[in-house]
Amino acid sequence: MSVPTDDHSSVPEPVESSASDTDPVATGQARQREPRWKRLPVVWQLRRSTGLQRGMLIAGMVLCAVFLIAAVFAPLIAPYGFNQLSDAGGNFPRQGAPSAQFWWGTTVGGYDVFSRVVWGAQTAVLTVVLAVVLSIFLGIALGLISGYLGGWLDRILVTIADAIYAFPSLLLAIVVSIMISGGESGFISGILAAAISITVVFVPQYFRVVRAETVRLKAEPFVESARVLGASTPRILSRHVLRNATRSLPLIITLNASEAILTLAGLGFLGFGINPTAASEWGYDLNRAISDVAGGIWWTGVFPGAAIVLLVLGITLVGESLNDLSDPRLRIRRRPKRVPRRTATAMKGAA
Amino acid sequence: MTAVQNHEGAASSTQAAVDIRDLRISFATDGEPVSAVDGVSLHVQPGEVLAIVGESGSGKTVTAKSILGLLPDNATVSGAVVLEGNDIVQLSPGQLRQVRGRDVAMVFQEASTALNPVYTVGWQIAEGLRAHGKYSKKQARERAVEILGTVGIPDPEKRVDHYPHQFSGGQKQRVVIAMALALGSKVIVADEPTTALDVTVQAEILDLLRRIRDDFGRAIVLITHNMGVVADLADRVAVMYRGEVVEEADVRDLFANPQHEYTQHLLGAVPRLGAHTAYKVTAEAGPGEPAAPLVQARDLEIVYPGRLGRSGFRAVGGVNFTIAPGEVLGLVGESGSGKTTIGRAIVGLTRATGGSLSVLGHEMVNYKERTFRPLRSRVGFVFQDPATSFNPLLTVGEAIAEPLLIHGEATDAASTKARVRELLDSVHLPTHYAERYPHELSGGQRQRASLARALALDPELLVADEPTSALDVSVQARVLEVFSELQERRGFATLFISHDLAVVGMLSDHIGVLYRGGLVEHGTGRQVLTDPQHPYTQRLLASVPVPDPVEQQQRREALAAHRAAEG
Repeated sequence: MSVPTDDHSSVPEPVESSASDTDPVATGQARQREPRWKRLPVVWQLRRSTGLQRGMLIAGMVLCAVFLIAAVFAPLIAPYGFNQLSDAGGNFPRQGAPSAQFWWGTTVGGYDVFSRVVWGAQTAVLTVVLAVVLSIFLGIALGLISGYLGGWLDRILVTIADAIYAFPSLLLAIVVSIMISGGESGFISGILAAAISITVVFVPQYFRVVRAETVRLKAEPFVESARVLGASTPRILSRHVLRNATRSLPLIITLNASEAILTLAGLGFLGFGINPTAASEWGYDLNRAISDVAGGIWWTGVFPGAAIVLLVLGITLVGESLNDLSDPRLRIRRRPKRVPRRTATAMKGAA
Repeated sequence: MTAVQNHEGAASSTQAAVDIRDLRISFATDGEPVSAVDGVSLHVQPGEVLAIVGESGSGKTVTAKSILGLLPDNATVSGAVVLEGNDIVQLSPGQLRQVRGRDVAMVFQEASTALNPVYTVGWQIAEGLRAHGKYSKKQARERAVEILGTVGIPDPEKRVDHYPHQFSGGQKQRVVIAMALALGSKVIVADEPTTALDVTVQAEILDLLRRIRDDFGRAIVLITHNMGVVADLADRVAVMYRGEVVEEADVRDLFANPQHEYTQHLLGAVPRLGAHTAYKVTAEAGPGEPAAPLVQARDLEIVYPGRLGRSGFRAVGGVNFTIAPGEVLGLVGESGSGKTTIGRAIVGLTRATGGSLSVLGHEMVNYKERTFRPLRSRVGFVFQDPATSFNPLLTVGEAIAEPLLIHGEATDAASTKARVRELLDSVHLPTHYAERYPHELSGGQRQRASLARALALDPELLVADEPTSALDVSVQARVLEVFSELQERRGFATLFISHDLAVVGMLSDHIGVLYRGGLVEHGTGRQVLTDPQHPYTQRLLASVPVPDPVEQQQRREALAAHRAAEG
């Protein structure tokens, strides 16, 4: 299975193997390697993609980019602060309908919905990045050690990971959030609490993937070869196992990131998120919008809700497309230009 | 099908079992489409064995699979494959399904993957029968029993209800052949049918295939890279190279008088049993007491631990041998004989559990990694599969520099460059290959790089575990050449593990024959190959097919006589 990484992808393999034992470059000098940026994970897949898969990937990337821009430039884009209730012209109206001054209306608390949604993107992106980074580091470190060393440590860690799986993830996140922050908190501590809660849920996933890969790699001849050479365990892990074991992680990261956003929104909706005066949070805003629905005030609920849906959709599209594109069996290929007379019938057994 | 024939065999091809005309197959890939088969025309008569030989990537398997229409989605086919008046290339999937089994059947390399593990073999044979004709349950079963008996499965009435895992590898291959026979298909495509089998079993399967040709008049398309098998079984041979048939001839003509340059090269590369014996036959008659052995095994026993409460599996037991400095010891044996286990135990990848195994004066039974680690720089190891023994993310140069960095002979990557270049040069690889990744090298080149890595620290002992069995014959010859040249120059001792007697015979001063974990014969190369004492060694030697149809026929008769005398 070729999961693409920067190094692995530059050569069209079948050409190579079809001339397997004649010197592949006897005729010419070593072929020019493609520039490094073209071989980066997402770029590589984008260049390989075609048709519907390309459309999905680009749509996902555009959605993600919109939210990233909103997050980074929130202070410039948002007309008001996330906790601003008044300006020079006096207090903001409560539950005001969309207008020239308040594009997406105002909430029951008197906040500007548009500003809240834009600032919310910042909170969401920060939390997700933090959560994913934390869980990757923990998950990879534990997975490598557990998988390579094995023994009782491995058994204990696997049992703990399984136990964590048994909890509903939102319940677990709530418990951790309460433990860390007592339920209410400011900007940094709130984001940190949310991120750590999500981390606890996701570490077992990364742990499992990396551990399984490590166990497989441990028996690979190139790892055994390093052992025969007398390499120390840290060296084997860092130089030979780590990068090979983490090849499939970019896919899991994108898929998990969308789950992380849902978990964050869920926490906020249930009131375990970030204090509305400390940061803007979509889940919290949705919660406050519940009572508005009956009164026909649609704008307080629709916009934060749509933001959650679109960001999750964007990340999922990117993740799923990456997943399909890196699997040669799922990837749609460009057909050769000249029209084939007839394509052979597929047979599963042919492999 | 009365289309105009475009090759000379027009007259004969009217009754040919398979007629391939100007077949072209290409595969869509991420880059340019790759052409795998380029204008191949072949035909096979009933009762004839056509062998297609060539190295990996020559298109031989793709050609054979096109006879069954078994090509993957991304293949583009043109030309014609005519079978019983049907052009396979033009058939719809439904028609193809009817043709498969009825007109043509396939025997795969790995019999164990061709059989479904959750059904009995009888059920699987019956399934094929009922897909192509009206059989009652009882009739199908009777037919299955009958056919199993035909292919030489003992006690077929009982065995018909057994599951695939209850059969040995050779018997499984027999069952697959039985399935092909049961449907009465006129053509059997056998894709490396004996490659996964031991030599002694291979001889039996080849006998069976020959019987199918003679008694049932079936046409067999045999794909193989083993010239011995070709000499043993084939009537006609087609040599493929880069998607084209470069030579097609009667088997005797081909071996006696190869026309094409590539065929000559291919035949020249095949190691012949006993053709060369080791260059240092005189070494053992050297003056005085030899130096202390590098490796000394006394009553060596290696037991793989069993699961809770079960006793372990004894892979090796009571083995004695020594390897003197500069000596090449060849270990041969079938799969499961424990030869690889011994090699791995010497470098500490598998733990020796009993007796004594002393490597460079260090006891390997109950050893501690910490005390053995400094000695590791004096032992090199070459793995069987060059594709997996390199970290795919390191360049070849970095991989070869690893031992230098680990053992402190160099402090950083830059200071290893000169040495890496020197090592690449010593295995005859261009020095700019250091910047390449392993997948950018061919199999033979990778194995030479692997040799360079093993020799980076100038070890006194090299353990080579089947270093050429994953390679094509022509490539194997080159790797062996490089190996023996280096061995001669540097004088390191070697444990050479292989299942191929001819290869071991080429390189080794001494040969040890392993059978079921025990060393049944041990002597100089010449002695073991020309005057074997143990009956197993005799049978092993007699089973190896030699790449010469005339000689192989005599050997086959001798083997039959030998078996008759034994049984």
